[in-house]
Amino acid sequence: MSWLRAAGRRLRRAGVFLRRDKKAAAGSVILLLLLIVAIFPSWFTPDDPAAEIYTPGIGLSWAHPLGTTSFGQDVFSQVIAGTRQSVFIALIVGLLSTILSVVIGVSAAYLGGWIDDVLSMFTDVVLVIPTFPLIIVITAYLKNASFWLMVMVLVFTGWSYGARQLRVQALSLRNRDYLLAARARGESALYVIFVELLPPMTSLIVANFLGAALYAVLAASGLQFVGLGNINAQSWGTMLYWAQNNEALATGLPLWALAPGIAIAVLGSALALLNYAFDEVANPALRPVSRRKVRALS
Amino acid sequence: MRFLVRRVGFLLVALWVALTVNFFIPRLMPGNPAEAMMAKFRGHVNPVALHALEVAFGVNTHQSLASAYVQYVGNTLHGNLGISTSYFPLPVATVIMRALPWSLGLVGLSTVLGFLVGTAIGAIAAWRRGGVLDSVLPPTFVVISAFPYFWVGLLFIWLFALTLNWFPLLGGYSETATPALTWSFVGDVLVHAVLPAFTILLTSIGGWILTMRNNMITVVAEDYVKMARAKGLKPRRILWQYAGRNALLPNLTGFAMSLGFVISGAILVEYVFNYPGLGFMLLQAVENEDYPLMQSLFLLITVAVLFAIFLSDVATAALDPRTRSSS
Repeated sequence: MSWLRAAGRRLRRAGVFLRRDKKAAAGSVILLLLLIVAIFPSWFTPDDPAAEIYTPGIGLSWAHPLGTTSFGQDVFSQVIAGTRQSVFIALIVGLLSTILSVVIGVSAAYLGGWIDDVLSMFTDVVLVIPTFPLIIVITAYLKNASFWLMVMVLVFTGWSYGARQLRVQALSLRNRDYLLAARARGESALYVIFVELLPPMTSLIVANFLGAALYAVLAASGLQFVGLGNINAQSWGTMLYWAQNNEALATGLPLWALAPGIAIAVLGSALALLNYAFDEVANPALRPVSRRKVRALS
Repeated sequence: MRFLVRRVGFLLVALWVALTVNFFIPRLMPGNPAEAMMAKFRGHVNPVALHALEVAFGVNTHQSLASAYVQYVGNTLHGNLGISTSYFPLPVATVIMRALPWSLGLVGLSTVLGFLVGTAIGAIAAWRRGGVLDSVLPPTFVVISAFPYFWVGLLFIWLFALTLNWFPLLGGYSETATPALTWSFVGDVLVHAVLPAFTILLTSIGGWILTMRNNMITVVAEDYVKMARAKGLKPRRILWQYAGRNALLPNLTGFAMSLGFVISGAILVEYVFNYPGLGFMLLQAVENEDYPLMQSLFLLITVAVLFAIFLSDVATAALDPRTRSSS
């Protein structure tokens, strides 16, 4: 039962961290709320987001808190319904590209030699080729990329930054005494990597997950905005596509275009705030200092 | 020297990969949509140009993949990028040259400006740790950098162009203006550039501020900075010439790494503002199924980014003696 106690200790420590760090707390609360909306959209709005059944182009009202589109759809329901795709894309792409980063970055550092040379070169090349134009070209051929296709494209273009960072950290840990001791004991490579090498890298891995998730949200909404996603799906980027194509801003329906953007910004900010907080965990030098302490130092 | 040789080597490898990716993308796609495009060309284009396009897109060729590849690389290196379908019968190279100055002016200037200003703000924020600048700016820009670039552009259009009428709505210059090197035309161009430039600046500056601040915090704690203080050097001199210079090095590498990201955002900003640069042209090419133009633009943007990264490597070598030593 020792692992249970250890897990309990971890949870408690996470609780303390959230209570002390307001940025992390704000980020987690927003993320949790969005996750609930993404899983149970019908709790928040009973309306069919695609149904064109209302008076088109009306502003704020009790019946339509964010007005309606020029097709007569309820904007609020669309924002609620669109949550799912953005949140899921963030989590799935974040998870998959983090796994890819860990596998490539850590094996490059751990195996060393020519394998490291080849993997590092590969990582660097993928890193410097501008991904967004590449994704545009790929999705232009694929026409209306489906959800999973978009996930795949984003994963294959989004892993390199993390792999590079993780490789550097793994390299710095590789020759520590405790790792050498584990190898001298005759532990298998898998044991050394999973039990000894990866745990101290947790905060960097989490930071990478958050960064990749943020990248995925912004890139996916950008692609959907220019009409390269599935334009009939319910998502924030697609809402922006329809709003832009029907000149929502110029025809007096700014909420149609502004609301989904604010939703993307809220999700993005939650991820960025958590990322910022994790940076401070990984690098204690960055933690906020009290003003009195600064004065005493200088 | 060895450092630079290695970087030139890397530049060449990256260029080759980009060229190769560009060659294989249309061949790997299901149903090769370029075939439909080719059918439109037949009979309108001279046979030599048609053959070059067939080689580039893998349509109707009886050549082996290897010989098509060699021919494609040769064509590209000679600047034979094919013929644009949406600007028919103009060659792709001519069409691209029209858009290039707009992007260089808008994206180039606002990116460099964002980097310089952001780096300076980050350095000062870390120098006055816990001060007003340090407590307000980093969290603000963390949030702003999570906004989609294009949406910030939409917001600006709505606020400053449609509601307040301070700036023009779209385009690189007024439709009534005639492009010429006159004061009125230059002024017109500048007024049109304000909103898109400010969009790129606002959304990219946060990244530079944060990384510079974080580097600077580490550097300021070093002994040689304490030594400089003990010697009684002017704080301004320690800030820029001692701490700042060293903290800038990782930021320069960061500049290289983030450039692709900034360019991605800039493509969408150009699209939102209908700004006549490469990004807007790329998305127009996608819409018009102008595959030769689209692929050449991808290649050109990639080459531009790779050269900018190479330049930042050269700057790193100039600033950091350690990279120049032969060790």
